[in-house]
Amino acid sequence: MKVPCAIVGSGNIGTDLMYKLRRSPVLDLVLMAGIDPASDGLRRARELGIEAADRGIEPILEDPASFPIVFEATSAWVHRQNAPRFEEAGIRVVDLTPAKIGPLVVPPVNLDVHLGAPNVNLITCGGQATVPIVAAVARVAPVPYAEIVSTVASRSAGPGTRQNIDEFTKTTSSALAEVGGAATGKAIMVLNPAEPPILMRNTVFCALGDGYDAEAVAGAIVAMVDEVAAYVPGYRLKAEPVFERDSYTTPGGTVSARVVVLLEVEGAGDYFPPYAGNLDIMTASAVRVGESLARELWRAAGLSERNGARR
Amino acid sequence: MSGNGQAGEGTRPAFRLTDSTLRDGSHAVAHRFTREQVRTVVAALDRAGVPVIEVTHGDGLGGSSFNYGFSATDEMELVREAVETATRARIAVLMLPGIGVKEDIHRAAEAGATVARIATHCTEADISEQHIKLAKSLGMEAVGFLMMAHMIEPERLLEQARLMESYGADCVYVVDSAGAMTIDDARRRVAALRDGLSIQVGLHAHNNLSLAVASSLAALEEGADQLDGCTTGLGAGAGNCPTELLVAVCAKSGIETGIDPLRMMDAAEEAVRPIRPDQGVIDRDAIVLGYAGVYGSFLLHSKRAAERYGVDAKDILLELGRRKMVGGQEDMIIDVALELARERAG
Repeated sequence: MKVPCAIVGSGNIGTDLMYKLRRSPVLDLVLMAGIDPASDGLRRARELGIEAADRGIEPILEDPASFPIVFEATSAWVHRQNAPRFEEAGIRVVDLTPAKIGPLVVPPVNLDVHLGAPNVNLITCGGQATVPIVAAVARVAPVPYAEIVSTVASRSAGPGTRQNIDEFTKTTSSALAEVGGAATGKAIMVLNPAEPPILMRNTVFCALGDGYDAEAVAGAIVAMVDEVAAYVPGYRLKAEPVFERDSYTTPGGTVSARVVVLLEVEGAGDYFPPYAGNLDIMTASAVRVGESLARELWRAAGLSERNGARR
Repeated sequence: MSGNGQAGEGTRPAFRLTDSTLRDGSHAVAHRFTREQVRTVVAALDRAGVPVIEVTHGDGLGGSSFNYGFSATDEMELVREAVETATRARIAVLMLPGIGVKEDIHRAAEAGATVARIATHCTEADISEQHIKLAKSLGMEAVGFLMMAHMIEPERLLEQARLMESYGADCVYVVDSAGAMTIDDARRRVAALRDGLSIQVGLHAHNNLSLAVASSLAALEEGADQLDGCTTGLGAGAGNCPTELLVAVCAKSGIETGIDPLRMMDAAEEAVRPIRPDQGVIDRDAIVLGYAGVYGSFLLHSKRAAERYGVDAKDILLELGRRKMVGGQEDMIIDVALELARERAG
């Protein structure tokens, strides 16, 4: 009844995603595709009764009709090799790597616009946590400049992030503008090694021009936090949005006020411990995107959620 | 004392001094240095014989932001001004991966900077690999900068320093960002790096516990190759090791610096003191930084947040220390201030 799907990449992200997909009422995880037969992710998949293959994406390409949706949790480099082959095979891809082949997507902001794209990209964990807030503000007030600070526990930052931290800051910065709707954006990433590990923290600053409606801005932020929390249960405000007045010479022009939004993300504790909210928000967003794609496939096939998909 | 041989030409200096007035001092002036100020300070330091002068936003390349404060003048303009003014001194820039990006290093190199100091929190050296390698590939000298080095033991610090060495760094610094080290703390960390690395070792001291000059001298005894100073101590927190004092004490101790002590005092008095805000005294908040081990550049932001939210800066700083906040987490100052204000109201 559910739409079948596969995960490519049996590392940390892929494995956490596996636990979340198992709870999906819409998606049916039928294959975990890795390359290392001894990987913990493939071992766990086998334990859960999910088919675990160690031949990369070949099992998917051999039978593309059985995998209308694929989640790619490898690396940008690997995904760049895989993406054209998936597209040729007519497989929809939710890309959790920084490859940025498809449009940048944040579920409550622009997913509906990109449901027809063959490949959608989930930006970064910081992007998933902060772009919704910028977009919420931008809906009710012009945002000449948005800035975010994302702090994650050192232990939750894998080697990919560490070796290419610029990729995080640059991709997130561009998403603040492209998806969030700010005129310009800047992202900052900080790693904190404290023990016990800290929960993921995100701070969003939006420059506000004169004449903004504080009540509307705060209301839009609070509503957006609820929207994100609907699929990332540990996503929450640490304090009500605060408005600070001063003269700020931002790259988007000089303004006399900013709104500061302090956020925390506690993970669901599926494969990663709860402090790794940064990883949780990526996999939770991926599930949200995948489920919307599945419903779109149903709709295109003239099926409703109730009578389900073929197969 | 100048001209009597103690700062004479031809004698090899015992260490290399980098003056960071125009980078660490940027914190103290809320990142509002002007081109004219840069020209005046660089000219005076250059005349005194300071071999390396660092010019960047206080939080490094790309630091101009809501979180750390916007630069009044684009830092690349300031770097270019410094390069054009210096006749002997080399110009250095600081860069923190996560705040700046590789393109910033490219731009700094194009502007004429020849030393790139790549800074990470003391446990996170592996995020600096690409940046150190880029600096080397651009023909720059690459210096690894391990911040908040008081937070880990010398053995662990050495492991992190070795990573930077493996990426090609020419020198690794023990950075006492919180001014929290006792003389012995600094000594043990410099000694560990000196014994375990085959590249140069430096110390960047802050004066929150009034130990910056003493710790720098102890570092020299342990074989440090490089030291940092800021003229008049202008820097984050209670300021840095005052360059003119370090040079004078070295001269009296028979340690060759290559810098003229009297000209250095002139630079402090005539070039820096006039632009120096009334800051950098070791008041209660500054001591708390060193006492509780809090990142020095949190000081002014905490004072501002304290005023805005009607709480005590000292309480903000103590809480930041308790939470083990690291460099770059200035956003948490607002978080803590709001929490203290709520507690007060409740």
